[in-house]
This record gives sequence, C-alpha cells and structure tokens, in this order.
Amino acid sequence: MRIPILKLQQYLLISVQVDLDDQTALQFQEDLLNKIHQEGSAGVVIDLTSVEMIDSFIAKVLGDVVEMSNLMGARVVMTGIQPAVAITLIDMGIILDDVPTALDLEQGLEKLQQELEE
Amino acid sequence: MSVQSSVEVHTEWGIVSARQAGRNLAKEIGFGSVDQARVTTAISELARNIYLYAEKGEIIIETIEQYHSSGAKKGIKITAKDRGPGIKNIREVMEDGFTTSGGLGAGLPGVKRLMDDFDIDSVVGEGTVITAVKWLR
Ligand SMILES: Nc1ncnc2c1ncn2[C@@H]1O[C@H](COP(=O)(O)OP(=O)(O)O)[C@@H](O)[C@H]1O
Ligand SMILES: [Mg+2]
Repeated sequence: MRIPILKLQQYLLISVQVDLDDQTALQFQEDLLNKIHQEGSAGVVIDLTSVEMIDSFIAKVLGDVVEMSNLMGARVVMTGIQPAVAITLIDMGIILDDVPTALDLEQGLEKLQQELEE
Repeated sequence: MSVQSSVEVHTEWGIVSARQAGRNLAKEIGFGSVDQARVTTAISELARNIYLYAEKGEIIIETIEQYHSSGAKKGIKITAKDRGPGIKNIREVMEDGFTTSGGLGAGLPGVKRLMDDFDIDSVVGEGTVITAVKWLR
C-alpha cells in the first residue's frame, strides 16, 4: 500500500487515511523525501485526521520524516491529530517536539505560509 | 462469558491483526475512544517487541471480569507470549528511553502507563510473558 502525495503549488499535501503499518510508514518516508527533492517543495502538510493509533514505531518514523524534510529545506506541519491519539502519545511519554501542528489542513497551510514568510 | 482471541505474531502483519483484534474487542465491551486507542497501542507495542526481539510469539486478547461486594467490573487482558531470548534486567527495560534496537525505548514503560495492571515474567533463554489489563470504568 502507498500513501498518495498531492502537490499544491509549492506544497505537498498528504492525508493519511489508514492506521499505518510499518512497511507503509517506511515507504511513505522514502516517497515523501523523493517527492520533496523532485518538486523542490518548500512545505509539507501531513494530515492525520483518520489515524486512530500512533505507536512508538510510527511516532519515530513521523518524527524522522519531519527532521529529514527540514534537512532538505522543507517545513512540515502535522494536522488533525485525534484527541485519543494525542492522549496516548503523552501517556507513552512520546513528545513530538519541534513538530509544528495545526487543527486541520486549512490551518496547516496557513501555518506553513507564516513560517515561510518569517 | 469470556471472549478470547489469539493472534500469532511472526510477521509485521501479525502486529496489524493483533491490534485490530484488540480494537474490535475494546469497542465491543464498551471502551471509549481514548481507552480503545490505549489498548490498541499497548497491543501494537507488545506485538512489535515479539516480532523484533523474539521473532515469533502470540498475543492473546480476552475479556475478564472481577467480582466485588459492590458489583462486577469488566476489562480487557492482553497476554504477550514468546519463547525468545528473554529479558535479563527487567528494571532496565522499564526505563524510559532504554532500547537495544535504536527504537524510542518507549514501548514497555508506555504500555505500563497506558494500562491499569502490568506484569512481566521472563526467563533468559526461555522466553517472556507480559500481561496487561485495562478495566472498564
Ligand atoms: N519480548 C521481548 N523479548 C526480549 N527482549 C525484549 C522483549 N521486549 C522488549 N525487550 C527488550 O526491552 C527493550 C525495551 O523495549 P521497548 O520499551 O519496547 O523499547 P524499544 O522496542 O523501542 O527498544 C528492547 O530494546 C529489548 O531489548
Ligand atoms: Mg518496543
């Protein structure tokens, strides 16, 4: 399974529609970095509205994606994290620090715009 | 009556099946969305540890009941069993951030905090049995 990556002007948009299994998560990591490189994207929004569970492995993959994207010059914003997912991550002691977040896709795009103007 | 399901874990797909089985049972017995996520996440962590450190094993998910003078309470019990290398120092693996695989080291201490009861029984060279219970509030 592959997660579709959409292009919108200088941004990439990803809406994760399923709970991620390991293989899909790692494939996504690779696909996104390649796409950023190809398109020279300035920013990425990863929308997690439909994701009902993030365990420590997926959290690590997502954290790494953000760090790697930043290294390549693209800002990443994560949006739509469900309350249950946020609570579970905190219970587990997993803090996705340095990861900008927003409530939904629209606000995510706004946040990117702001960050890129700074 | 107790409902029980058992999932063999020897591939990554076993991790996915185990957490789906857990999610379904948690929903069925009436856990809210946050506790459903806690149970599912705990199963995912335990199943991945089996896959990573013991290669194969089993996740058993069942409903349990406990009787009190004031009534009965219901819960979900997860048992993760493997015949892998075992854990030498249990105190060490329960520390936040301790990992031998470049992971986050958040799995076992995380499961303990996500669930209400937690127990590790491990013998080096023989294997590991971890049980965790979440009670319905
Ligand atoms: N079933 C198991 N059998 C043997 N060792 C285990 C098992 N589960 C966990 N461990 C050991 O405990 C450590 C901590 O596990 P965990 O908290 O899940 O963090 P992580 O998986 O990120 O390393 C692992 O790195 C591993 O050395
Ligand atoms: Mg682990």
